[in-house]
Amino acid sequence: MATSAVEHAAPDAPAAHSKTGVWSWITTVDHKRIGIMYGVSAFVFFMFGGLEALLLRIQLGSADNTFLSPDVYNQLFTMHGTTMIFLGVMPLSAMFFNFMIPLQIGARDVVFPRLNSFSFWMFLVGAIVLNVSFLFNAAPNAGWFGYANLTETQYSPGLNTDFWVIGLMALGVASLAAAVNFFVTIINMRAPGMRLLRMPMFVWMSFITQVLLLLAFPIITVALIFLMADRYFGANFFQPDANGDPMLWQHLFWIFGHPEVYILILPPFGIVSEILPVFSRKPLFGYAAMVFSGAFIAVLGFGVWSHHMFATGMGPIADASFGLLTLLIAIPTGVKIFNWIGTIWGGSLQMKTPMYFALGFIAMFIIGGLSGIMHAAVPADLQQTDTYFVVAHFHYVLFGGSIFALLAGAYYWMPKMFGFMLNERIGKIQFWLMFIGFNITFFPMHFLGLHGMPRRVYTYPEGLGFEFWNLIETAGSMLLGFSFLVFIWNIWLSKRAGVAAPADPWDGATLEWSIPSPPQEFNFAEIPTVHARDPLWEQKRSQGRPLPEPPRVSGEGIHLPNPSVKPLITALGIGVFFTGFLLGSPWPIPASLTINLPVVLIGFAMTAYGILSWAFEPA
Amino acid sequence: MTDSALAHEHAHPGVKAYVLVAVILFTLTALEVLAFEIVDRGSPAGLAAVLAPVVVAVLLVLSAAKFALVAMFYMHLKQDSTLFSGLFVFPIFVAAILIAALLAMFSYMLSLF
Amino acid sequence: MSHDTAHALHPPTTTGLDNRKLAIWTFIGSEVMFFSALIGTYLVYKGKSVVGPFPHEEWTSPTGEHFEHIFEIPLVTFGTAVLLFSSFFVVLALAGAQRGNRKMLIGWLSATVVAGLFFVGMQVYEFSHFMDKGLGYTTNLFGSTFYTLTGFHGAHVTVGLIWLGTLLILSLRGKIPPEKALNLELAALYWHFVDVVWIVIFPVVYLMK
Repeated sequence: MATSAVEHAAPDAPAAHSKTGVWSWITTVDHKRIGIMYGVSAFVFFMFGGLEALLLRIQLGSADNTFLSPDVYNQLFTMHGTTMIFLGVMPLSAMFFNFMIPLQIGARDVVFPRLNSFSFWMFLVGAIVLNVSFLFNAAPNAGWFGYANLTETQYSPGLNTDFWVIGLMALGVASLAAAVNFFVTIINMRAPGMRLLRMPMFVWMSFITQVLLLLAFPIITVALIFLMADRYFGANFFQPDANGDPMLWQHLFWIFGHPEVYILILPPFGIVSEILPVFSRKPLFGYAAMVFSGAFIAVLGFGVWSHHMFATGMGPIADASFGLLTLLIAIPTGVKIFNWIGTIWGGSLQMKTPMYFALGFIAMFIIGGLSGIMHAAVPADLQQTDTYFVVAHFHYVLFGGSIFALLAGAYYWMPKMFGFMLNERIGKIQFWLMFIGFNITFFPMHFLGLHGMPRRVYTYPEGLGFEFWNLIETAGSMLLGFSFLVFIWNIWLSKRAGVAAPADPWDGATLEWSIPSPPQEFNFAEIPTVHARDPLWEQKRSQGRPLPEPPRVSGEGIHLPNPSVKPLITALGIGVFFTGFLLGSPWPIPASLTINLPVVLIGFAMTAYGILSWAFEPA
Repeated sequence: MTDSALAHEHAHPGVKAYVLVAVILFTLTALEVLAFEIVDRGSPAGLAAVLAPVVVAVLLVLSAAKFALVAMFYMHLKQDSTLFSGLFVFPIFVAAILIAALLAMFSYMLSLF
Repeated sequence: MSHDTAHALHPPTTTGLDNRKLAIWTFIGSEVMFFSALIGTYLVYKGKSVVGPFPHEEWTSPTGEHFEHIFEIPLVTFGTAVLLFSSFFVVLALAGAQRGNRKMLIGWLSATVVAGLFFVGMQVYEFSHFMDKGLGYTTNLFGSTFYTLTGFHGAHVTVGLIWLGTLLILSLRGKIPPEKALNLELAALYWHFVDVVWIVIFPVVYLMK
């Protein structure tokens, strides 16, 4: 890897700790390396999730298919949803939070580097717990929403739901730790002069996302605790015989779940808001409106959860209120879409690969947004609930929205992250394959849904008119899956070609483009001072010419946090603790004890040791 | 750091204020229990009759007052940055609305049976 | 020492607020949602238990078994007062730490820890007493929601006790000089938060019928 050789050959690089080898990655507290680890592992899980989806599509390709058994189908669709949300889109956003937030605000690292490392390891622990279930043929099989009382012991007696509950709890710990970290980082680590209303839009949207994480994740944690209490200790939270109300699960889940979908889409909004101005050679249109519409979306996000539950019969007042609030969300979202269009309007468009994906995002997200508005109308929603129309809607916002934007971000920022340029030609080929494959896969789902094809059902009988479109969709999904192989091929080929990325390949506006690609460990040899919303453009304008390539410097005297293995120990400790809940009791007595107490206690001790030794370790 | 620590110390209320707050907290707790006991025992009957319909409101107000006292004086929100107050109050605000909405919806559902 | 160097080497924060203090407040904000979900659930399920025993009324089962009402207000009032006082103690300990008054710091911090232990002891006694009175975790909705809510509060008190206990040991070794008073302030903020949660739980759970 030619480019990293440059980094290592930097003269007088601080030699305090070794920078290569597995151990240096395990103990790293460098936000950039943690970002890369998030990215790589998230992409692997994303491919798992994609593979699961392809298997589902093969099953649905023809009527009365027996390719998958109903039980395997349930496991695959549950894991597909759970994986894509918690192990795909969220950590892919986390990759950009990690790598880009400190660079964009002109900081040397996040505020708590070891906590950051803990977040990553905790995420990996949760992800492994979820996926290891496949080895026991006990993958979660009750949907990503885990509706009680379907998930109670009498209907889900196996370990499947236990893996799900425990995996999500572990992921929740990871998300909360990361959210505190990035929240404080954005408030407190900005370079001099970077006032709140000068922050790059990606930082703004990430900031709002952290607020949502902080407020929404405790709710799902509590819901999971209730479910766990019911399953393990015989509590009554969702037991109808004891007057426990399964509706409570739905409420708690969606009070979390709706902010969660904004957690999935706001960072992509930010990414696109970075890319469009750069490739239109114009500042972002309506900056302040973009900030406040993002905040408004987040606040409203806590007031619309029940639109996932119109079919449960909440009564006319609740239906009307939640329908109305849901319609309101169209306003700030519309503001954003118009501002993006305003940004490219009259711009001098540079049609590079990131721009293709960003424009694809706008188009696809509008389709998904419009079908979302249709769901806000309660009578219409009652027809659409549990049909493929809903599946079409959320794939247009999550895939057509989030994934398109994340790929735009990948093409935009990977030169900065790894120091080599990606192949433009293959990038555009990938875009078209993905764009066409995506629309062939998901657009017909609108028709199937309106024709009444139910979701979450493993097959359909012949003669209902579902065969044609399903076959088309399956073919489209193969094309879609293939487009990601092209992406991997592009990375491999581009890395081999080794076209070194300059510091500022796109004539960027924000601070990350002012430092070498890839950045040195300390990011900024000197902390920059910010005078404008587009600090780099302002600097280039005032100098009247492109900036010279920034030199790689020794960085002597710059204090960097020490590497630490304590975060990993703590995360593993929590992992062991949770594993004790999956192993079952080693003793037959007491019969009621369904957890492995020794393992739980060992995990607890490990966690306590990790935290205490962490607290007393010099940073 | 030392400077700001000193600044903090000057800004924080003194021991006298802390004692006063403790006394008020204790009194308010006593009032809470008193209100409960009067209604629970139904004596003195006159007072109990007056209190019974409003006892929930009384308890909520007393508890909110205690909450505010601890937050303002012991958690130093009165002197500290308003950002800290915001970080505390905003979730409380969101949570209060959520709980109210949940209670309203569940009581509606209950009314159907 | 490491604390000082860290601060000398890190550039001052954007807002001038301490990073760790901002972090603990952020965390407390998140915890508000956690306890709100627990309290909200308690309220939603209040009075919906199919079988007794109940918090405030006695109950005779169809088989003729008699159950007393569960709550013992004097006991929990005592515990509440102790927890409130522990909040009072810890602000004095913090004032001592900030002034470099070691006696004040150690004395009031010890008092805080003792009060905290007392509260946890009260809760352990209360739980076992309620169990004896026939309220198990699985008995009814009241049992499930009550033990979960107060149990998680108790777990938070316990974490706070471990935190404050560690600081007490440090202060005994003279390792909390005035410039490190923030270490205690963070723990104190968490402790007060746990206290205000109880300020809500006490009337909502115990006193409202």
